Amino acid sequence: MSSLTLSTLTAWVRNSAVYRSIIRHGVADTNRNRSLVIFENLFLHVHPVKVREKTLKFTHTFWLGGITMVATFVLFATGILLMFYYHPSVPQAYRDMKELMFVVDNGVFYRNMHRWAAHLMVLGAMLHMLRVFYHRAYRPPRQFNWVVGVVLLLITLLLSYTGYLLPWDQLAFWGVSVGTNMAKEAPLIGKPLRFLLLGGNIVSENALLRFYVLHCVVLPAVLMLFISVHIWRIRKDGGVQGPPEKDPGEEVEP
Amino acid sequence: MSQTPQTFAPVESSDPMVVPKRVAMVRPDTRPTIRRREEKWVMTFPHLIIREVIMFMLVVIGLAVVALLFNAPLEGLANPLETPNPSKAPWYFLGLQELLHYFPPVVAGVVIPGLVVVALVVIPYARINLVAGPLWSGDRKRLTTGITAVTGVLVILFSTFQCWAIVVPSLIVAAAMFLARSEGSGGSFRRFLALVTLPEWVMTWFVLVAAILTIIGTFFRGPGWSLVWPWNMYPPA
Repeated sequence: MSSLTLSTLTAWVRNSAVYRSIIRHGVADTNRNRSLVIFENLFLHVHPVKVREKTLKFTHTFWLGGITMVATFVLFATGILLMFYYHPSVPQAYRDMKELMFVVDNGVFYRNMHRWAAHLMVLGAMLHMLRVFYHRAYRPPRQFNWVVGVVLLLITLLLSYTGYLLPWDQLAFWGVSVGTNMAKEAPLIGKPLRFLLLGGNIVSENALLRFYVLHCVVLPAVLMLFISVHIWRIRKDGGVQGPPEKDPGEEVEP
Repeated sequence: MSQTPQTFAPVESSDPMVVPKRVAMVRPDTRPTIRRREEKWVMTFPHLIIREVIMFMLVVIGLAVVALLFNAPLEGLANPLETPNPSKAPWYFLGLQELLHYFPPVVAGVVIPGLVVVALVVIPYARINLVAGPLWSGDRKRLTTGITAVTGVLVILFSTFQCWAIVVPSLIVAAAMFLARSEGSGGSFRRFLALVTLPEWVMTWFVLVAAILTIIGTFFRGPGWSLVWPWNMYPPA
């Protein structure tokens, strides 16, 4: 065996039968292999193999959808870690918060990160929606994806809101009480809806459990479903849409 | 089809970067992403992927720094018998909670948020949002009457509820709309205003009102939902 360097080691790994069984294409030094990087990978194949160069410009989308998506990833990662230490019961939920903050290694860091990422996700989704509006990117054929986006914004707000109750402190309890009291005012469905959501007539232990299940199971699943549709539709509708063309003749409008 | 077809010449090339010429039949109900002129394309890997990775890292690092510097709030154990004054919803609902101060709960809690969601959903299906040109490109006389009438109704309606947080931004937006009327003259800001379409004016008005209500609700409301400075929100008992 010749002298062991990083490049010979990399080459040895790349040529091994196991590596070739996982990644079938060679080094991405030809356009063919660069294409294969994208469409032989489950996670990357939502992308086309080539993109228009101008879509890479920062001002094309300001990356707002992407930033919201990263915040979502961070929330999933930190949220799962927090779940290991959390009991959705009164008053253990609050004690778990104290435990996270003062006992668990890095617990305060993950809790902080989850909280601030949640704010970023809500703000990012709102700004993304404004960007799409002012760029008029909701126009055909993207009408339906705009509607999916509105649904995603509502799911985001519900996720943030259900998570707000989980620490079971004064802020959480009264914040959710104020909000659900507003829901009560809806004619006919208001009161039954509130009862269903809270598992009672006031914010109580039952409400905590229901909000926990919604926050950790139901809403994330629904969110993933709608994000899948949203991203798949971006691709099907012709890729990300930036600002409208300066010269209308450039674009073939319906 | 509204376009005259361009002359079609077959191109043969073995250069992988050359995009093949395509023939497209564009029907009125199909996708508008077909363009007359070819654009420059680049390989997704590495050009897009590297940017996505950098963006991912920047956001995660930024969040980590914020998480290290600022602790998430945690107050005392929830106590249904002790209502904090003021008790506030999360920040994104404080605009609505602020409205609750002016309007009956059914309006602030159900009608207005319901209308906002419906308005958002119908945006791409309303013709005005698809074809609108610069505001003053249409019938100027009708527009003047229209803007004056709508602003008048809004101002009178919200003034009766003493909701100045909506009245003032409405007047500002209306003034800006009339400022946009004198296109050509004036600086670059006026020329920019002249290009704004009606849907954009309406959205800007909505965002302005929502932002002002949220800021007031978050920072300037204290005990009994009274107007206070941010540093006096929870006065010592």
